[in-house]
Amino acid sequence: MSDVAVPQAPPSPAISLRRELRAIWPFLLIFGAFALLALLAPLIAPYNPNSQNLLARLKPPGTTVRGIFYALGTDEVGRDLLSRLIHGARVSLVVALLSVMVSTVIGTTLGMIAGFYRGIVEVIIMRLVDIVLSIPAILLAIITIAVLGPGLQNVIIVLGFTRWPRYARVAYGQTLTVTGLTYMRASVFNGAGVLRLLLRHVLPNIAGAIIVVATLEFGLMVLFEAGLSFLGLGVQPPTPSWGSILSVGRNYLGTAWWIATFPGLCLFLLVLSVNLIGDHLRDRLDPRSSR
Amino acid sequence: MSRFFLRRLLQSAVAIFGVVTLVFFIQRLAGDPTLLMLPDGATRDDIETLRHQLGFDRPLAVQYLDYLWDLLRLDLGQSLIQRIPVLDIMASRVPYTLYLASGGLVVALGVGVPVGIVMAVRRDTRLERFLAAFVLIGQSMPTFWSGILLILLFAVTLGVMPSSGVDGFRSIILPSIALGALTMATFARVTRTAVLEELGRDYVSTAQAKGLLFRRVIRRHILRNAATPIITISALEIANLLAGAVIVETVFAWPGLGQLAVQAIAARDFPIVQGIVLLGAFVSIALNLAADILYSAVDPRIRLEGKT
Repeated sequence: MSDVAVPQAPPSPAISLRRELRAIWPFLLIFGAFALLALLAPLIAPYNPNSQNLLARLKPPGTTVRGIFYALGTDEVGRDLLSRLIHGARVSLVVALLSVMVSTVIGTTLGMIAGFYRGIVEVIIMRLVDIVLSIPAILLAIITIAVLGPGLQNVIIVLGFTRWPRYARVAYGQTLTVTGLTYMRASVFNGAGVLRLLLRHVLPNIAGAIIVVATLEFGLMVLFEAGLSFLGLGVQPPTPSWGSILSVGRNYLGTAWWIATFPGLCLFLLVLSVNLIGDHLRDRLDPRSSR
Repeated sequence: MSRFFLRRLLQSAVAIFGVVTLVFFIQRLAGDPTLLMLPDGATRDDIETLRHQLGFDRPLAVQYLDYLWDLLRLDLGQSLIQRIPVLDIMASRVPYTLYLASGGLVVALGVGVPVGIVMAVRRDTRLERFLAAFVLIGQSMPTFWSGILLILLFAVTLGVMPSSGVDGFRSIILPSIALGALTMATFARVTRTAVLEELGRDYVSTAQAKGLLFRRVIRRHILRNAATPIITISALEIANLLAGAVIVETVFAWPGLGQLAVQAIAARDFPIVQGIVLLGAFVSIALNLAADILYSAVDPRIRLEGKT
């Protein structure tokens, strides 16, 4: 990381925004569509995602059974796959959003404190960051879920409380840079308190970098929730989650390919669009860091 | 030089100690660990007996020291269900996971590095954009979905590959591709950046001016210099491959450590879960250390700076 940010003439905001949008609008659209589905799931979904129809089990996409049209087919107990996927978007996005929020708050706070106070506080917090980061994320999630038990709430808790170190690292590094700058010393000289310094002067300066991490983590959280649910450790049935629908579909690959195919496609599109938006945000908000 | 290694070793030791402690306390999150180990219908007496048997009725500090002492002697305890040492159960699964991870690594290196080279050499062409899309897809595909699509295409529809289990060489192919896809994307990106950096150097112009074939310049000159970041990132990527194995093994019913972990959770066989998590953390710490040492061996500036 460079020590001093060199001020550059900013490109005209209107032009650069338009150029930015041209590159990523399809992905913003995809993400927006999923967000809308999640928000309005009960209104949009054609049927109740949990109502079973044993006469219409494992029907392929486009089947009509007794006047009910199954656009994406049905699962092993005759539930409408489309309705389950729409409600699954809600689970996916809610888990990702809440766990990102929890880990952002924890990580940013600890990172700023470590970077601001230095000394023993810094050593303790940053060593803890190293330790948590040294356990492979999926294993950390697995052992915590094994203790707490599966379920929507616990997945959010686990992801929120195990993913904060990445934010802490970024917040720490950025805080170190910012605290050395003249205006911070001026502010201290003017008698600003710690809280005011951190919230008014440090946070706005490091927010860009934190938002970039949060966007990239958002995609990962969607994948983690789906992965845990796929393993049976996440959201429990009958709540529809893309991961758990996929894991059921795995057992019907020979007879009902659609059950595993469509939730995977949703996941892929959502994660792809979030990652691309995140990449662009990074180039825009945090040009100094590159992979 | 030795100061850098000592410092890095010490850091790793602290990390291992921290992980061990963290895992101990995570198990106490839910209060009494015996409740995790018993089936739902257990009576009070069962609970008391098991608690006493496992020593959970002792003070926490005593339990913690006992746990550390056991780990020092590499005693991970016994499986609650099979009643045999956890270490033995894990040892029987390790070869499968290593086999799968090597398969993934072969796919990742075998595809990722050539793709990265082509992307750098054919910069700003249609071919590069096509490969960039390919890499992006590899990066965004959830492993469990790509695995299922591979089964659907090659096992169910075409019938040319086994869909799951371990049965001869062919059974490793699909799981390796599913596992290697994400790492492949990383290798492609790193290789592309490294080769691009070397392409502009003077020695490349010199070699070309001597009349060497471009192919030979790439192989003999550029790749040797670009290999450094690729090799160092390999150590980190192996850790990712091992972690990814948890899901890939479940998709393909592959009898490795990942599948064991998932089965152990379902069966509430907690000592096994703990053993696998500890092993995973140790391996990933060791690989991180290896990556740093490798890196400093090829790039002395890191040692001199003393910061990783």
